[in-house]
Amino acid sequence: MASSLLLPPRHYLNDGYGIKSWLLTRDHKRIALLYLAAVTFFFFVGGAMAVVIRLELATPVGDLVSDETYNKLFTMHGVMMVFFFLIPAIPSVLGNFLVPIMIGAKDLAFPKLNLASWYIYIVGGLFTLYALVTGGVDTGWTFYTPFSTVSSTTNVIPTALGIFITGFSSILTGLNFIVTIHRMRAPGMTWFRMPLFLWSTYATSLINVLGTPVIAITVLLVAAERVFHFGFFDPKVGGDPVLFQHLFWFYSHPAVYIMVLPAMGVISELVAAFCRKQVYGYSFVAFASIAIAVLGFLVWGHHMFVAGESVYAAMVFSILSFLVAVPSAVKVFNWTATMYKGAISWQTPMLYAIGFIGLFTIGGLTGLFLAAIGVDVHVTDTYFIVAHFHYIMVGGTIMGYLGGLHYWWPKISGRLYNEWLAKIAAAIIFVGFNLTFFPQFIVGYLGMPRRYHAYPPEFQLLNVLSSAGASILGVGYLIPMVYLMWSLRYGRVAGSNPFGASGLEWTTTSPPPTENFSEIPTVTEDAYTYPVRVEGHVA
Amino acid sequence: MSPDPAAHHHPALAHHFADLEQQKEAAALGMWLFLVTEVLFFGGLFTVYSVYRSWYPEAFAAASHEMVVWAGTTNTVVLITSSLTMALAVRAAQVGERRVVMWFLAATMLLGLAFLGIKAFEYYTEFAEHHVPGPGFAFEPAYARHAQIFFSLYFVMTGLHALHMLIGLGLMAVMFHWVWRGTITREYSSPIEISGLYWHFVDIVWIFLFPLLYLIGRHAH
Amino acid sequence: MSDHILPKRTYYTIYAILLLCTYLTWQVAFFDLGALNTVAALAIAVFKAAIVVLFFMHVKYSTRLTWIVVVGSVFWLGILLALTFNDYLTRGWRTYG
Repeated sequence: MASSLLLPPRHYLNDGYGIKSWLLTRDHKRIALLYLAAVTFFFFVGGAMAVVIRLELATPVGDLVSDETYNKLFTMHGVMMVFFFLIPAIPSVLGNFLVPIMIGAKDLAFPKLNLASWYIYIVGGLFTLYALVTGGVDTGWTFYTPFSTVSSTTNVIPTALGIFITGFSSILTGLNFIVTIHRMRAPGMTWFRMPLFLWSTYATSLINVLGTPVIAITVLLVAAERVFHFGFFDPKVGGDPVLFQHLFWFYSHPAVYIMVLPAMGVISELVAAFCRKQVYGYSFVAFASIAIAVLGFLVWGHHMFVAGESVYAAMVFSILSFLVAVPSAVKVFNWTATMYKGAISWQTPMLYAIGFIGLFTIGGLTGLFLAAIGVDVHVTDTYFIVAHFHYIMVGGTIMGYLGGLHYWWPKISGRLYNEWLAKIAAAIIFVGFNLTFFPQFIVGYLGMPRRYHAYPPEFQLLNVLSSAGASILGVGYLIPMVYLMWSLRYGRVAGSNPFGASGLEWTTTSPPPTENFSEIPTVTEDAYTYPVRVEGHVA
Repeated sequence: MSPDPAAHHHPALAHHFADLEQQKEAAALGMWLFLVTEVLFFGGLFTVYSVYRSWYPEAFAAASHEMVVWAGTTNTVVLITSSLTMALAVRAAQVGERRVVMWFLAATMLLGLAFLGIKAFEYYTEFAEHHVPGPGFAFEPAYARHAQIFFSLYFVMTGLHALHMLIGLGLMAVMFHWVWRGTITREYSSPIEISGLYWHFVDIVWIFLFPLLYLIGRHAH
Repeated sequence: MSDHILPKRTYYTIYAILLLCTYLTWQVAFFDLGALNTVAALAIAVFKAAIVVLFFMHVKYSTRLTWIVVVGSVFWLGILLALTFNDYLTRGWRTYG
């Protein structure tokens, strides 16, 4: 790579200075960076909760915090991580930045709405932080009734309202993406020439639009019930607590696909770029994204096998849960097939990609164990479940997020990060992650329940391993913060296509101009067409 | 498609769209997707309603029997009429009849206000009859516990519906202003059209609320 | 969304049908048809909603995408109702013995 590259004179980062030019921007790229700052903040809040939890669990006795405090810790950890990090991170950071560029447009369909989405997210986040600092919530992020509506004496209402408000951010972002993808594709950009990241983003946006309103009304009802004592979910008045769970999980199960689908989209991009190949079975991967979004709405009852739903309903949900694994598996097979006989280069984004493929596979397979009612009855509410979803959320989504952040960092910032430090951080994260969560499969299978801060002493060794892993993982997450920030000022200039990848985003400058392209491109090729011509030589 | 530089650049055209047609299609799709979220939002409430109606049919019938039917029926007629005036407002905007649009928008808003007025009267009646859930709730003892669920649903569902009506009224006021100052023309009538979509949706929610809340067990006694 | 401009007569006709259906739904409620009361009320409501969607909201003259969006939203609500009632309607069934 030539070191005589220069940053373009005019780009979106120097197009206007001052706080107003950022807080009142309509540029989707700047809004993406506003989200980046915000989600990183909430990630560290949620992470801090996790640190205390793992410290407590290093010993079998509940000696670090009281049981009430422990309840508040895992609740806030869940709320922060799920609603304020995992759900928005990839769509609002990478999606906002890339969707218009990948599609060949100047901006999203509704730029002002995009900015409003960020503000709504911040207001929702502040509400929830307020609930945290004024005493916390102890219901679990799942808010099960009637505890949340009747008995809990903690800040349920501000938390519920914070989530309600933040939901609108998801809805409006999803709406924006759907309209953009339908109506603003560049000439020649047919649906089947779109990069797979856009298919995943589209599928995610469908879930956002269809599912989030139901959690919105559900948390509203919880808040209302606390205030007015309606009794919808209170058995003393004739209500059904399980009805709350139906409404809650109708959204919250598809929500896990909101969290993982964008990461899968990133992986498709990374695998194609670092294997220099068209993704194997492109249309199967595209359709699999839609299938995951649709089927994901049909399985929510698998969270309620022991809650009191009828056995017959449980069986229906069980069969459907087995079915939803199929399109995910199709994707894993296709990524692997793409790697076969590809010209693989093991740069940092690719390390995160294979980390994702392996860890998501483990998480997904354990999901199949849980879809079987007979197994679930024994391991539900144990650490087996905790391990299962952390393999997908952390081993999957966060790896996808970091992989995407590294891959597109040169495009976003115009700079290259230190590749060796990045590789070391990726390795530390991988080791730390597995040390943290693999022991949890075992200790959960052996019977350790979740959401308890004390446990039988025979489980201590596995818990200590897990806590040790967590400290390694924490260090691993801090390292990219350092070298990415450092690269902004001192990193080598990247040039428009440092990885020699295929895709419209790599045809414009790094960083891109505010209007993305000097002139709107006309697309004549499929996505992932290699070889790619890069600044005078073929890559 | 690159915009023809010589073409007339409509003042309402946003820079990231190629032409007004693309902008209009995007706005319409955006509003339809928003209405999808509203279907699911109210849908959650209809689900809660359906479950408890299937569990407590007699209590629901007894409670529904106490609803102020003439108010509900009148309000249904009022809202349907407001949908007519809204549709006619949209049509007038499409053919560029500025004054007619303003008349029909004003009529729609007046009908909306009438709806809210009748609703307020209804709420007051229910308060006076001790049908507001809470410590003051009173109902015939055989059904009281489950009738409270009915009235809770009634207040939440009609309350949220009324909130949406209020937002609709605000939207219509803004549209009225835009028509008055000349922003809305025959070429750029889409804001009226998509405001109309929202208004009709709010009407549709009421079309379902009316029989489900007011007309159960009307044949009893 | 279409540029199709409907004649005023169409709107007035739909309005009249809506009023008629409202009257019908109100009248039918006063007869005891057992379970059919609910069916009739819902059927009339669905019909009224359909003509508002098709004519007042112009879906009859709109693109296929608009139609898919409308049908899709109703279908998704159907999923919520169907799978929830899949639980409630089978709770009373015996599991074994």
